[in-house]
Amino acid sequence: MIGHNTLVVLLGCAALGVAAGVVGSFALLRGRALLADAIGHAALPGVVLAAMIVSLLGGESRALAPLLLGAALTGVLGLLALRRLTASGRIRPDAAIAVVLSSFYALGTVGLSIAQTLPGVAQAGLSSFILGQAATLTESDAILAGALALGCVAVAVALFQPLRALCFDEAFARAQGLPVRALDLTLLGLLLAVCVAGLPAVGLVLVVALLVVPAAAARLLAGRLPGMLALAALFGAVAGAGGALVSTRFASIPTGAAVVLGGLVLFAGALGVSRMRRA
Amino acid sequence: MTDFLRLDFAALLAAMLAGGTCGLLGSFLVLRRESLLGDALSHAVLPGIVVGFALTGLRSAWPMLLGALGAALLATVAITWIRRAARLEAGAATGLVFTGFFALGLVLLEVTGARNADLDIDCVLFGQLETLVWLEAAGLASLLDPAALAGLPRQLGLLAGVALAACLFVAAFWRPLKLLCFDPDFARSLGLRVGRWEILLNLMIAAAAVAAFEAVGSILVIALLVCPAAALRLMTDRYAVQVWGGAALGAGLGAAGVLLAGPLPAALGLDFALSAAGLIGTLAGLTVAVALQRRRRFQAL
Amino acid sequence: MSAPPVEIQGLTVRYGERPALTGVNWTAAPGLTAILGPNGAGKSTLLKAALGLIPAAEGQVRFFGLPLEQARPRLAYLPQRASVDWDFPASALDVVAMARLPRTRWFGRLPRAEREAARAALAAVGMADFADRQIGRLSGGQQQRVFLARALAQEADLFLMDEPLAAVDVVTEQTILAVLHGLVRAGKSVLMVHHDLSLVQAHFDQVLILAGRVVGAGPVAEAFTEPAIARAFGGLPGRTPTEAAA
Repeated sequence: MIGHNTLVVLLGCAALGVAAGVVGSFALLRGRALLADAIGHAALPGVVLAAMIVSLLGGESRALAPLLLGAALTGVLGLLALRRLTASGRIRPDAAIAVVLSSFYALGTVGLSIAQTLPGVAQAGLSSFILGQAATLTESDAILAGALALGCVAVAVALFQPLRALCFDEAFARAQGLPVRALDLTLLGLLLAVCVAGLPAVGLVLVVALLVVPAAAARLLAGRLPGMLALAALFGAVAGAGGALVSTRFASIPTGAAVVLGGLVLFAGALGVSRMRRA
Repeated sequence: MTDFLRLDFAALLAAMLAGGTCGLLGSFLVLRRESLLGDALSHAVLPGIVVGFALTGLRSAWPMLLGALGAALLATVAITWIRRAARLEAGAATGLVFTGFFALGLVLLEVTGARNADLDIDCVLFGQLETLVWLEAAGLASLLDPAALAGLPRQLGLLAGVALAACLFVAAFWRPLKLLCFDPDFARSLGLRVGRWEILLNLMIAAAAVAAFEAVGSILVIALLVCPAAALRLMTDRYAVQVWGGAALGAGLGAAGVLLAGPLPAALGLDFALSAAGLIGTLAGLTVAVALQRRRRFQAL
Repeated sequence: MSAPPVEIQGLTVRYGERPALTGVNWTAAPGLTAILGPNGAGKSTLLKAALGLIPAAEGQVRFFGLPLEQARPRLAYLPQRASVDWDFPASALDVVAMARLPRTRWFGRLPRAEREAARAALAAVGMADFADRQIGRLSGGQQQRVFLARALAQEADLFLMDEPLAAVDVVTEQTILAVLHGLVRAGKSVLMVHHDLSLVQAHFDQVLILAGRVVGAGPVAEAFTEPAIARAFGGLPGRTPTEAAA
């Protein structure tokens, strides 16, 4: 009833959800979760540019790896722009995020308007990066995204102790001699990797939800960080695989939307349980 | 000239009105450190628009505007409630709510069949400046001819109405708005109903987002709301310059984007047009970058 | 005899489950009152709840015998310093002029008379020369004086001030104290959250000592005693009035 390709895609989306839950938990506790919104949108010009370059070089413009590489590249540029803006002291982080995500996205749409006229690129389905379309992923695409996601989980788990110290109390972590800057950069790197891995399936507009929603739901129920990570991973996996399943069954519903709504149902449940416990 | 009026004039007017209105109201978001609310409102209006459309079956201004304002109000209430109930920081709560609303809007677009009419995903994502044309124009005289003017795209009516309302709103409530942005606690101690003012301001911004949404699309509304205001924050210490300058810059960016989208590639010898909305957003981002660069040089002196 | 500037009955404030103030009963006498207590004692909370900035769980507050809404034109509030955006595009004069909002129409240019009133308030705190300076380009003490000028421009009868002397330079401290004494001589009353015990004896008429509830209140000579301070501050060494004043 579920084909082999669909199964692989579902597993890839579940792996993605696990990674988003774990990395999103750390990012949420560190107050950085919304950076995913900036990264996701900033990735669009990179995806478009990569597709155009690949096509000009005569390559297969549907190949996922170069597109993700391009996404990561402009994602990093977006983060650098963000830092320049906030370093001015005049632009607050909230405004800086809004400036970066909207202007990079705008640049991406200009790129798309060019790409659509290039015969090799037009069929690359670039606009599915915006809202996500798990159903169109090939088996190797899903494996690539899933592997990238699981790599993030491995790093986050290996660095559990220092990341926990960083998220709980930066000053204390610093006093303990932990390399706070390097840890923050690592966390940012993980965030970037999960966002980029999530783009083809969930889409850039809604990828931030995959990082925020499972983590926020888990935080409502878990008293301690290991429990929160486990729950967030579980919620992420359920939302990811569930969303992918829905969108393979109803092709017109973008995967991103299905994933987000699934995650929000879990969040609402968690909120209800936590309120009942308190009452 | 007639070609310009027929093919570019409506888009130019729409982009300038959208840019001016968003640029005007954006300063209040940036000054109140609530830029992410602009992000939230511009996404959250989508389900309201779709429902307004689905209930009436009309793609006319009123049901969409009402639906969108309802959705915007619901979203701000939801953000406040979730911040408290789930003890989430403002950014995360905002991200959670607006992605939820946007996702719901996307699904509703499919379920209600609104997509099969002319409300489609591309309009949401990229706007539709290119489709705004004024085929009734037959020359400059058409600008004074009521029959020809009636043929202007209906989006312009909503945009003009919201632009006028926003200007009146800002001018009439100049001082309370300034106080609200600068020191809400003090405003409250003077007896100002801060909560109600905030709702009114947010509704005004949501109305601007809906009106601009049809021209430039949902995500680029954020560029128009935040970029001009952010650029002015880097350039001026005067409140009046910040607020009206934001409006002027927004309108200017709108005009520049539309005017360059066609001619720019032609000048480069390319035979296609760029996305006008995308160009507006790109120019808006560049403006902020230039303001940042100039400010550094200024401070180094 | 006229009604007291402030009369608080059974005021209780909670942040979520946690009580910040419990059952405060207190009547202020006219003059200069210091509200004392350790961090988290509920000093700022008392001012904010009295002004309706945060909701009170129970109790009522009357100013000059009137409920808040009717007494509002007679009250001025000086919030704690850190709570505004110092990059805000506003000059010192702009900030002071904001106090005149309830007396003016809301649009157009500020009438000349209002502008002059704002300038006079700036002059009273020695800041006339800085009227057009953006507030972020003023020193901390100068910023504090601008906010005091804004409170003065409200032309109130009762001033509620949240730590106006926290971390200011000597000139500013002297200016603020002189302004406060001038207000009292003119028959106004001042309620001030305060942390420096050394100034209390020399400058204030009454104290209200808080530690989640009232632990002491009255004229300085009677209520500003070592046992009351010790009760509020938990008997921390070096925090008694005699030592702090030494």
